[in-house]
Amino acid sequence: MSENEPLLSVRNVEKHFPVTAGLFKRQVGAVKAVDGISFDVFKGETLGLVGESGCGKSTTGRLVTRLLEPTGGAIDFEGRDITHLSQGKLRPLRRDMQMIFQDPYSSLNPRHTVGAIVGAPFRIQGVKTDNGVKKAVQEILELVGLNPEHYNRYPHEFSGGQRQRIGIARTLALKPKLIIADEPVSALDVSIQAQVVNLLEDLQKELDLTYVVIAHDLSVVRHISDRVAVMYLGKIVEIAERKRLYSSPMHPYTNALLSAVPVPDPKARKERERIRLKGDVPSPLNPPPACRFHTRCWKAQEICKTVEPPLESLASGHSVACHFPENAPVAATADTAGKD
Amino acid sequence: MSFLDVKDLKIHFPTDDGLVRSVDGLTFGLERGKTLGIVGESGSGKSVTSLGILGLHKGGRAKISGEIWLDGEELVSAPAEQVRGLRGKKMAMIFQDPLSSMHPYYTVGHQIIEAYRIHHDVSKQVARKHAVDLLGRVGIPEPANRVDSYPHEFSGGMRQRAMIAMALSCDPELLIADEPTTALDVTVQAQILDLMRDLQREFNSALIIITHDLGVVAELADDILVMYGGKCVEYGSTDEIFYSPEHPYTWGLLGSMPRLDREPTERLLPIKGSPPSLINVPPGCAFHPRCPYADRTEGRASTEVPDLAPTERGHLVRCHMPRTERRTLWENEIKPVLETQ
Repeated sequence: MSENEPLLSVRNVEKHFPVTAGLFKRQVGAVKAVDGISFDVFKGETLGLVGESGCGKSTTGRLVTRLLEPTGGAIDFEGRDITHLSQGKLRPLRRDMQMIFQDPYSSLNPRHTVGAIVGAPFRIQGVKTDNGVKKAVQEILELVGLNPEHYNRYPHEFSGGQRQRIGIARTLALKPKLIIADEPVSALDVSIQAQVVNLLEDLQKELDLTYVVIAHDLSVVRHISDRVAVMYLGKIVEIAERKRLYSSPMHPYTNALLSAVPVPDPKARKERERIRLKGDVPSPLNPPPACRFHTRCWKAQEICKTVEPPLESLASGHSVACHFPENAPVAATADTAGKD
Repeated sequence: MSFLDVKDLKIHFPTDDGLVRSVDGLTFGLERGKTLGIVGESGSGKSVTSLGILGLHKGGRAKISGEIWLDGEELVSAPAEQVRGLRGKKMAMIFQDPLSSMHPYYTVGHQIIEAYRIHHDVSKQVARKHAVDLLGRVGIPEPANRVDSYPHEFSGGMRQRAMIAMALSCDPELLIADEPTTALDVTVQAQILDLMRDLQREFNSALIIITHDLGVVAELADDILVMYGGKCVEYGSTDEIFYSPEHPYTWGLLGSMPRLDREPTERLLPIKGSPPSLINVPPGCAFHPRCPYADRTEGRASTEVPDLAPTERGHLVRCHMPRTERRTLWENEIKPVLETQ
C-alpha cells in the first residue's frame, strides 16, 4: 500500500432501515440513517465525525466496522472491498479494525474479570502470545494507565474513567490499524474526559493508530482530529482540515453549530452574536427534499428546495455541500456573518 | 437577608456501609432576578442540594440539618405539608431528562393543568387556557393543538420546553434547573438557554442552574458555586470564578476543557485521579489526593478540613494554601498556561 492510498475508503454508502406496518410487515418506508456518504481515512490521521443526534454518525461508525451491512455503496479497507463480506470472512479483519464504545457501563460484561474482558480478543482470534495471554493483557493494562494487578477485578470495582480505559485496552489488544471511537468521552466527567482524550492521543503516537472519532462535542472533536466531517440527516455537509473548518466554516449548518456552543468566558456572552436555528432536526424518516438543511437555514432560496447541492471541493481539502456557502472567512467566536 | 438563604445545609444518608455526606455544610444566598450556577462533577452533591431545597428529601431516610430560608420562611424545620404548599407554586424544578420526568400516560396539557389547579381554584377551562398560553410562551408551535399531545410525540427540545412551561405554570419565584440542557443537542441547547434567560427577565425569578458544563454557567450565571465531595470549594461572582479562581480544583476544571474560543493546545491539562465516592470522602481537604499542590500545606491537607475563607477580592475559597501563594500560583503558573490554550 502506498503512502497516499487511504486506509479506509467509503463511497456513497447508504443505510436505510425499513419501517414496516401491519400483520405482514409490509414495508411502508425507510429511515435513511445514512444516505450516500463518501470519505477517506488516511493512515495515522484522526477523522472527526460531528453532528447532532439522529444525523447518522453512529450508524456510519457501525457500517465502517461492518457491525451493520450497508444497503448501498462500497467500503474499502486497505484496498479490499469489505462491503458485503460474510461474518466468517470478516472475523480476521476484526483484528485490524476495532471500536471504542460510548458507555463504559454497558459495554463491559459485569460477570467477567478485567483479565477475561481484555484477553477475549486473543482467545477469539486465536492469537498466540509469547509469554501467555495474562502477560500480554497486563502489558496492555499498563499501557492505558491501569494497574496490571487489577487483572482479576470486576468492572464494578472501577470508576467510569477507569472502565473506559478497560474498553480502550480491549480495543488495543490485537494492535488494530483502525479504531472507531463512538462518543469515547461523552459519558465521563469533565476532569476524566481530558485524561481519556490525552490517553487516546498518546496511544496514537505510540502505536501509530488511525482514528475515526464520532462525537457531538465540537470542542472535543477539534482537539483530537486532523480532519473533521460534519453530518446532517444522513449526509456529510462539510468536510475539511480541522483548522479550516473551525476558522472558516463554509456550510451554514457548521456555522450555526459552532456558534451554538456555549463558551466558558462570561465576557464573551455580551459580545457574541449568535446564529439561532429555529426548530429541531427533522425526522430522518421523512427528510426534507433537496438540501436537507433548507427548512432551518436562513440563507435558503428556491433552488435549495429543488436541487440537492453536491459535496464539492471549494478549496484544497475543503468540501462543502451548499448552494450558498459562506465564503468570507468567519471566526467561530467572533461571528460577523450570517446573523439572524 | 436574601430571597433564598441557605445556611450550613447538611444532607446525610445513613446506609449499611456508613454515612453518606452528600451535602456537608453548604451556605449560599440568592436574590430575585439573579442566577446562581452550581458546578460539580457527578457525586459532588449538586443534585441532592436542589432536591433538598425543594424539600423532596423530607420523610425519607435523609438526615437534614441547617436552615433554608425562602422569602422569610424556614423550610428545613417546616412540616412536609407546608413545604408541599410551596412546591410548584413558590419554587419549581426543571429536571434533566424530560422524557423520564413527565408521565407518559397523560397529555402534556393534562400535566400542566394538574399542576396549576393544585395551587389555583379555577375551572378546567381556565386552567387549559393558561396551559395553552404557557406552551406558546415557551415557543411550542400551535400550542392549542399540541396541548393534547403526549410527551412521546414531542422531540427532546420540545419536551424540555413543555417541562419549563410546567415549572412556570404557577409563576414560581425560585426556579431550580438541574442539568436542563445536558440531554439536548447543541443547537437546541442554545435555544433553551436563551428561553431561560428571557423568561427569567420576564418573571424576575431567582434561578439556580446545576450543571457540569462551565460553558453553560458562563452564559447564564451571576454567581457560581463550585462543589466537590459534598462541600463548596469556591464561591463567587462569575467573573471572579472565571478570571481569578483560586482553588486548584477550579483550575483543574478550566484546564480540562477543550475550548472553541482559543487556539487548540497540544494537550489538555486534566486533574489526575477520579472524583471520590461520597461514602468514602478523603479526610482533610477532600481534593488533596488529586491536588498537585497538596504538599504545600505543611501536612494539613490530609488532616484538617480547610475553612471557606474570603480572598482579597471577596470571593470564598476552601484551601489550605496561603492566599498570597494561591494568587502567585494563579498569576504566574496557571493563568499563562490556560490563556495560551
